[in-house]
Amino acid sequence: MDELRKRAKELLEAGTVKVVIGYENGTAGRTRALFAEEPKAAEKLIFDSRCIMNLASYITKAEVKAKGKMAIAATLPVMRAIIQLASEFQVSDNNLLVLGITPESTMIEFKDIAEVEAFVHKYEIEIEAKYSEKLEKLNKMTPSERWNFWIEELSPCFKCYACRAACPMCYCHKCTVEFNQPQWIPVPSHDLGNLEWHMMRAIHLAGRCVDCDACYNACPLGIPLNLLTKRMLIDAKEHFGGYQPSIKADHLMSTYKPDDKDNFIM
Amino acid sequence: MAEFEPKIVAFVCNWCTYAGADLTGTSRIKYASNVRIVRFPCTGRIDYMLLIKAFDEGTDGIIVSGCHPNDCHYTSGNFHARRRWIMFRSLCDFMGIDIRRIKFSWVSAAEGAKWANIVNSTVTAVRELGPYDEYKKVAKKPVKEVIHG
Repeated sequence: MDELRKRAKELLEAGTVKVVIGYENGTAGRTRALFAEEPKAAEKLIFDSRCIMNLASYITKAEVKAKGKMAIAATLPVMRAIIQLASEFQVSDNNLLVLGITPESTMIEFKDIAEVEAFVHKYEIEIEAKYSEKLEKLNKMTPSERWNFWIEELSPCFKCYACRAACPMCYCHKCTVEFNQPQWIPVPSHDLGNLEWHMMRAIHLAGRCVDCDACYNACPLGIPLNLLTKRMLIDAKEHFGGYQPSIKADHLMSTYKPDDKDNFIM
Repeated sequence: MAEFEPKIVAFVCNWCTYAGADLTGTSRIKYASNVRIVRFPCTGRIDYMLLIKAFDEGTDGIIVSGCHPNDCHYTSGNFHARRRWIMFRSLCDFMGIDIRRIKFSWVSAAEGAKWANIVNSTVTAVRELGPYDEYKKVAKKPVKEVIHG
């Protein structure tokens, strides 16, 4: 991505932005986030298929915001996250410049977040076939089989909260899991706490999750926790007409329709 | 062995269902005594975490009830709650939590008889399902916790 490197360098030289957030080569053949504050550092920027982490999780961090105006190299899921964050008043045009990377791996520089939204809305959020198959398989199980499946799958979780750290939507300064009076989520690595943590995480992401799989990629134990958020996404489609991040529209879970489904209510 | 008596926790709103349950009492309608009523300002306040906590503490069934649509004291609390219930029910089902044990209903302040019916039918249904052993097994605390405050 010479284009990206060149533009990042220009922006830093001109002082338009104070930091460019992108990917660089890490250890063991992996990539990691790069925070380029000097024009020279922009040369380290790379982009390839290994760049899967969601960089939008950094733009809400106080220490990154404190640097000044940020530019971010944003793939499609990152752009979606930026729009959702903007709609929740976490970022704005004043402190963010988006250098978009299209699915065809070309760079577009966006004037503002509204332009990013116009671009992102050309693409629907689609669930990959391998995940739809898995979800279908789970749907066919009996409730008790599903219960055993999840207790088993979640049992290795020791709540390192890597999924929370990797998620751009988990930006609360104090998370429910950190409350201990009362203790909402039991802390030990135990089936109950694991179940409740993952349930809480999934429901807090309902109608907000941009389906970037960053949580799954960050999980050191490979727990398929993105299945939960994918299921929420399917439900949003089934009941509320689908989810597409937007700075203008109401959030799915903070609005309502008088004719929402109520056949389960006595 | 004595017949299994389920424990039911009802989360109700102050303005409709709580008043409705009160009417059931003042009308001297008899209904199952298995239910423990928890009063909330509005169904919009009933956090799903509270429902999960009820299962943690050993309840076998849950009733969530509030004002009929368009009757909410705060105009739209029950509409917002309904959206949340749709998502919550679906997630519970997906994670294998028995959603037959969680009943949702609209009961107005004038529907004392309906409240008695809902409690009775829930108690009958949960009694047939038996104790919620699946959850209770998991909810057994690994370390005896000391509860402060």
